[in-house]
Amino acid sequence: MYRSGKDIIRICNERNISIWRLALDEEIELTHLSEKEILKKMNEVLKVMKKSSESFIESDSKTLGGIIGGESIKLKKRMDNGKSLCGDIINKAMIKAFSTSQHNASMGKICAAPTAGSSGIIPAAVITVAEEYNLSKNEAVKGLLTSSAIGKIITLNATVAGAEGGCQAECGSAAAMASAALVEMLGGSPEMALNAAAVSLKNIMGLICDPIAGLVEAPCSKRNASGVVNAMISAEMALAGIESVVPFDEVVEAMKRVGDDMNSDFKETARGGIAGTPTGIRIKENIKNH
Amino acid sequence: MKEVNSIFDVIGPIMIGPSSSHTAGAARLGKIARYAAQKDIASVKVYLHGSFAETGDGHGTKKAIAAGLLGMEPYDERLRNSLQIMDEKNIDIDFENKDLEVSHPNTAMIVIKRSTGETDRVTGSSLGGGSVIVTNINGFEVEITGDYYTIITKHIDAKGLIRDVTNILAEESVNIANMKVIRGYGKKEASMIIETDETVEVEVIDKIKKMEKMIDVIYILPIKENEDV
Ligand code: SF4
Repeated sequence: MYRSGKDIIRICNERNISIWRLALDEEIELTHLSEKEILKKMNEVLKVMKKSSESFIESDSKTLGGIIGGESIKLKKRMDNGKSLCGDIINKAMIKAFSTSQHNASMGKICAAPTAGSSGIIPAAVITVAEEYNLSKNEAVKGLLTSSAIGKIITLNATVAGAEGGCQAECGSAAAMASAALVEMLGGSPEMALNAAAVSLKNIMGLICDPIAGLVEAPCSKRNASGVVNAMISAEMALAGIESVVPFDEVVEAMKRVGDDMNSDFKETARGGIAGTPTGIRIKENIKNH
Repeated sequence: MKEVNSIFDVIGPIMIGPSSSHTAGAARLGKIARYAAQKDIASVKVYLHGSFAETGDGHGTKKAIAAGLLGMEPYDERLRNSLQIMDEKNIDIDFENKDLEVSHPNTAMIVIKRSTGETDRVTGSSLGGGSVIVTNINGFEVEITGDYYTIITKHIDAKGLIRDVTNILAEESVNIANMKVIRGYGKKEASMIIETDETVEVEVIDKIKKMEKMIDVIYILPIKENEDV
């Protein structure tokens, strides 16, 4: 049983396996499902993720709150015109993240990863990299397994809920999970995966949860887009051999303490931060009056 | 300490957005209410409390509760159209915002009229991540998470009754997962909440219902079970 990043590295090194394998083995042990059944379930997850991450690239429709929408289309247009500032892979990932966020806010079917609000990050990271590097569906499923192990450790030792730990716990965890997945998908070691996860969490440590009108739309969708970019640059650093100065477990512990100390105005109550700006309040009133 | 029993609790659930607490959890509450009414729903009145009342519209909470009442899962794509489906089935559903004087912000009281004229009142809260707890059914203080098959009895507090009920279950080789006995404060009425791992036959429930000193029995299915609707 692994309960920390340290455990992951120790067991993976002892058995000379990757994190995805460890996650799969433990799932077999815990649920008594066969390897085949678990992989089938994860394939199902990948399918839902693929659909949600593509559904708003071509078409557009209104979200429940009507605050967001159309971001994927705009980014794609700019990219297709050859004007991209950040390069195609970053753009493709952001486009997918925006699509899932809009899909979620329009009552579409998504996979909470680890939550509904942050559900755009992992699909965007894993699917974009799988496509760009011509990796098979199986490799993408392995990536999801890797990310689940990271998510499990954060859940055990801190939280992944915005209401408990702020957005650092939601979009931060999603980015950490995604970055570890990318590292393994691209052949990095378990140590590198945990370095990437630690860096992702550190990059947005302290980020509050402040959704306008209490709805999972703004600033959520843009945090999904920046979240996947966070995951990608953290993976890049780790794969280049850059280490996190502070190890993953200590970062998770720090994230928990920051979340505990966070004023409740900043934990999904829609009172502080962006939700509490004049524009945020005006949008909220508008929604209320309709 | 928190436990993670499956990686699909971390990468999951698959659900209709936008919110695991306001949408997926709301659907599960609706489903438990459906079972409390033995799936017989003529009309429904739903009282929304706290954040369910304030941000319910932007989270599809009403549609989600209606979907659960129709037996749908939180991942059912028809959840979006549940209010129309209710309409097509001629089930009246009405919502009202109300302070239910409970502590949890995401709470609903669902009042169902059955075709037989009976009324069921189910109060429950969505706890986040899609998990829920039903705290009151028809005046019975309960704690139902929807993970198990649950039998709830209301009976006259009498010696030996608990033993007799568990004996009936043992005879039918029903495994009890959890059991809780609640005694009314100074009242003669008591109640028992029994969670079992597997389904309990109707005949067994009837047998318990017919016991002397038994006032009423409610049987709730787990919400993880997929219903064909
Ligand atoms: S701001 Fe809050 S609701 Fe929005 S994604 Fe972040 S944690 Fe989730």
